[in-house]
Amino acid sequence: MSKQKNTLMGWIDDRLPVTQTYEKHMSKYYAPKNFNFWYFFGVLSMMMLANQILTGVWLTMNFVPSAEGAFASVEYIMRDVEWGWLIRYLHSTGATFFFIAVYLHMMRAILYGSYQKPRELIWIFGMLIYLALMAEAFMGYVLPWGQMSYWGAQVIISLFSVIPFGIGDALTEWIRGDFLISGATLNRFFALHVIALPLVIVMLVVLHLLALHEVGSNNPDGVDIKKLKDENGKPLDGIPFHPYYTVHDLVGIVVFLMIFCTVLFFFPEGNGFMLEYANFEPANGLKTPEHIAPVWYFGAFYAILRAVPDKLWGVIAMAAAIAVLFVLPWLDRSPVKSWRYKGWMSKVFIIVFAAAFVELTWLGTQPANDLNTFLARLCSVIYFGFFLLMPFYTRMEKTKPVPERVTGGH
Amino acid sequence: MSQDGVNKGRRTLLVGVTAGVGAVGAGFLAVPFVKSWLPSEKAKAAGAPAKVDISKIEPGAMLTAEWRGKPVYIARRTQEQLDNLPKLNDSLKDPENSVKEQQPAYADNIYRSRKPEFVVLLGVCTHLGCAPKYFAEVKPETFDANWQGGWFCPCHGSRFDLSGRVFNGSPAATNLVVPPYSFEGDNVLVIGVDEENA
Repeated sequence: MSKQKNTLMGWIDDRLPVTQTYEKHMSKYYAPKNFNFWYFFGVLSMMMLANQILTGVWLTMNFVPSAEGAFASVEYIMRDVEWGWLIRYLHSTGATFFFIAVYLHMMRAILYGSYQKPRELIWIFGMLIYLALMAEAFMGYVLPWGQMSYWGAQVIISLFSVIPFGIGDALTEWIRGDFLISGATLNRFFALHVIALPLVIVMLVVLHLLALHEVGSNNPDGVDIKKLKDENGKPLDGIPFHPYYTVHDLVGIVVFLMIFCTVLFFFPEGNGFMLEYANFEPANGLKTPEHIAPVWYFGAFYAILRAVPDKLWGVIAMAAAIAVLFVLPWLDRSPVKSWRYKGWMSKVFIIVFAAAFVELTWLGTQPANDLNTFLARLCSVIYFGFFLLMPFYTRMEKTKPVPERVTGGH
Repeated sequence: MSQDGVNKGRRTLLVGVTAGVGAVGAGFLAVPFVKSWLPSEKAKAAGAPAKVDISKIEPGAMLTAEWRGKPVYIARRTQEQLDNLPKLNDSLKDPENSVKEQQPAYADNIYRSRKPEFVVLLGVCTHLGCAPKYFAEVKPETFDANWQGGWFCPCHGSRFDLSGRVFNGSPAATNLVVPPYSFEGDNVLVIGVDEENA
């Protein structure tokens, strides 16, 4: 609370808690001093969200959301609009880097047990953001109205048709707004992509941060820094977020942007993994491309869908792969948070799980042949095994003692 | 009721009833927003029948027509191909057309057609809606070393025989849909109309 009543800031603070909010979330938010590079990816995710919103607003200025005009308007942006190519590549490459940051951010939480009590809600808000982000990315990919946009939409919307009792078919028709993927579908996806979902995502990010700042940040040791405080009530192992971590994060931002710009300027199509070549051909409802594949960030879940040789169970497996993430905080029964102090079984499972996820991501972008299908099935079993066996191996294994104070740090 | 005391029970009831009525109102308000997503009158009106000249299709070849924006496959089968169909029954998920919605009554036979020679199928995979590709020749394919001719879906590898019946081991569960159709004379196929008016 501000004491200086006679300043402009004091005048504002009496009416709006600006200083109080700034102190709570920035200058007097004590973060553990032992953050390592894994802790960059939260702020990097936010930076990519800002990039997507800024470039997205500019893209809507020239994009035509109709089946007749969409494809041509994207070409218009790429060729004729001043700097249009840069804004569009910032958006399309930005999506990839947004997902890279988000996946590494989630990996961090798994490594250091950041989802454990008392941070379950932070994890759940994060998962909701991830879910909304997947919907956002999917609908965004439909908008250029190329062949992959069209057939990707066809496949993803058809997933809902597995719901029995006639609900599935009625539901897919309702989502499409037509008897097939058409301009009606494109228009509503545009509305959801540029207005509804961004609003939801931004609100969820606010909740994610509020929940984080209520309980405080975890750290690589999984030590609760609020236990040991100095005479002023400041955590001994904590430092104010601003200026220490704001400046510290700048380094991560610069390195990340250097990699981002390299891809942006030299490999904007990502060799067909970010902008698929089939999408340079306008949508044609009568002809499916030879090889239909999702963009890389959906590869893992697509591989799980394909690994199951049954329509209904394939969709259930894919949905379960996402749903199981939500209950992660209750699957981990370990008395310690960080994998540094967990037993060897947790360490092996985490490493094998991460490898299986990467492999599934790769397989999802590749054609299905016998070897790939076998690998996808194997990796799917590992994926689910990591989660479903977690209550057992985290309880059985012998953990190491957790230190009182954080190790390392600055 | 006393003047100074608060009647908690009545207050709870009133709050509950108000919230309940509000929820019902919100439910009614949601109707136009939800229904707005249904296919529009314009989309419904676009479902006119399509007429196709089938005289130019060579035996063993296939033609793709468009009906309601979806691909419709019209394949002309040779006698050899027709004779091969019963032999495949053991490797099919549903050789007897047990799912009745997949074809009109007049196509509920092993040829899944009005005239054995011509098969008319909706080119929409019953798995996730891709357009299956036509591989008519009997020869080993990358997706099936013992391929007997039919359709293969490039998306997820579903395989169908020359009657659009799904093979075992495909992610698709049901046979390809036979749309309503009829013939006008010998050379014109009308997709979307059940009755013969020849």
